[in-house]
Amino acid sequence: MPFVSGLKCRECAREYAAEALNVCDFCFGPLEVVYDYATISEVISRQRIAQGPLSIWRYHDLLPANSDDPVDIMAGFTPLIKARGLGKKLGLRNLYIKNDSVNPSFSFKDRVVSVAATKAVEFGFETLACASTGNLACSVAAHAARAGIDAVVFIPSDLERGKIIGAAIYGPTMVSVHGTYDEVNRLCSEIADNYHWAFVNINMRPYYAEGSKTLGYEVAEQLGWRIPDHVVIPSASGAMFTKIWKGFNEMACLGLLDGVEAASFGADQNTAHHPAVTTRMHMTQAAGCSPIVTAWEAGQSQIRPVRPDSIAKSLAIGNPADGIYSLRVINNSGGSAYAVPEEDIVDGIKLLAETEGIFTETAGGVVVSGLKNLADSGAIKPDELTVVYITGNGLKTQEAVESVVDPVLIKPTMTSFEEALEARRGR
Amino acid sequence: MGKQRVKFTFTGILVKDPIIYGLGRDFKIVTNIRRADVQEDVGWVILELDGEEAEIARGLEWVSSTGVRVDPISGDVIEG
Repeated sequence: MPFVSGLKCRECAREYAAEALNVCDFCFGPLEVVYDYATISEVISRQRIAQGPLSIWRYHDLLPANSDDPVDIMAGFTPLIKARGLGKKLGLRNLYIKNDSVNPSFSFKDRVVSVAATKAVEFGFETLACASTGNLACSVAAHAARAGIDAVVFIPSDLERGKIIGAAIYGPTMVSVHGTYDEVNRLCSEIADNYHWAFVNINMRPYYAEGSKTLGYEVAEQLGWRIPDHVVIPSASGAMFTKIWKGFNEMACLGLLDGVEAASFGADQNTAHHPAVTTRMHMTQAAGCSPIVTAWEAGQSQIRPVRPDSIAKSLAIGNPADGIYSLRVINNSGGSAYAVPEEDIVDGIKLLAETEGIFTETAGGVVVSGLKNLADSGAIKPDELTVVYITGNGLKTQEAVESVVDPVLIKPTMTSFEEALEARRGR
Repeated sequence: MGKQRVKFTFTGILVKDPIIYGLGRDFKIVTNIRRADVQEDVGWVILELDGEEAEIARGLEWVSSTGVRVDPISGDVIEG
């Protein structure tokens, strides 16, 4: 861990050693990783990055875990695709899709869990744990299997079968909790306090969250070391949203972007904003769970927690830990926030599938419908370089789109086939 | 004896109610506020509660019954 100086409270700035901690003992504020950027700037270069593996670990100088032997199932370095079909439909000529649905466990969670699992092994933990409604459980179980340590995943008892199997196959201890969302939340928080386990998004959270920065690095590298005019991102806790912004600013401050002079990070590494980073950060949430959007629309600096009621379960966090920080990113970047009506989520999934051949989960439906809103409203101009983040795979939420299944039924004869084909075409 | 760190979120008229005072008065719980932000119609308080485990559970149940939302201090721990 050569480039990490320690942890620092985001609220009161108290400093701590880089240990398995996530909140400040004094004010209970969240802790963030502090880097030794002076040393990083001496070693990092585009060449050094390009020589790294085709995974998030190519950016190891900017990750808070020891990269000598990472817990790596090859998360990251996912495709950035020029979206000609979707772009044509929306009137956007310079649109790209960052397709993170093709990660090893089929969601962006592999990025954050790879960092958390590596850190957990470094700290000597023998159990990796999480509470999840799907993607996180799959990723934690997969990484624990790779690391050869135990996994304990807590899931709500009404979780869809596909997600249960997607996590169970890796052999974790799976605890199905029968209770309300709030009860499951409180129980898992209490368990995390009482068991010496590495809960990826609790005591490992400062390290875990940093994995999302790679979504910013990769887009910049894949665009030829430049950053987009706009990014459109689905949000739950808000952590990924703030970390993509941080990733862009780190690259700029370290002089890795084309035509951008290196600059100081200033007193607070987490709010560093290089003037060359002009990307507008657009957040999308599902209307059934949109506490950050609601606060942004009302011009408030606080988040009012909500009880999630959305088909986009991977975005259903009613009390988002990074809500207030993501509001600041939206405002500092000149971005926006939009709550996608629940009935538009499936339309977004279908639109992406039919124009680009990518099958995304409900979170992807949210972000595509959000992108459509931005294009229709003129907030994104036709030639502006825009990246939309697709963070999970459609195979995980098949229930949401079951209505698309409508096969042509025929008898085993040519006549029957041709009659059916004509009838279908005549619709 | 045990300690628990929690976040209370108050909305609407609840902002004006002395909930934390009531928690200390009616239950054997010591309340220790660490951070707060209270505005006209919404506010949150992050605090530590010190007392018997069962008493803290009873106290939190009462707080929830008033309409104040009680959460872990790090926000939701369930993720997608």
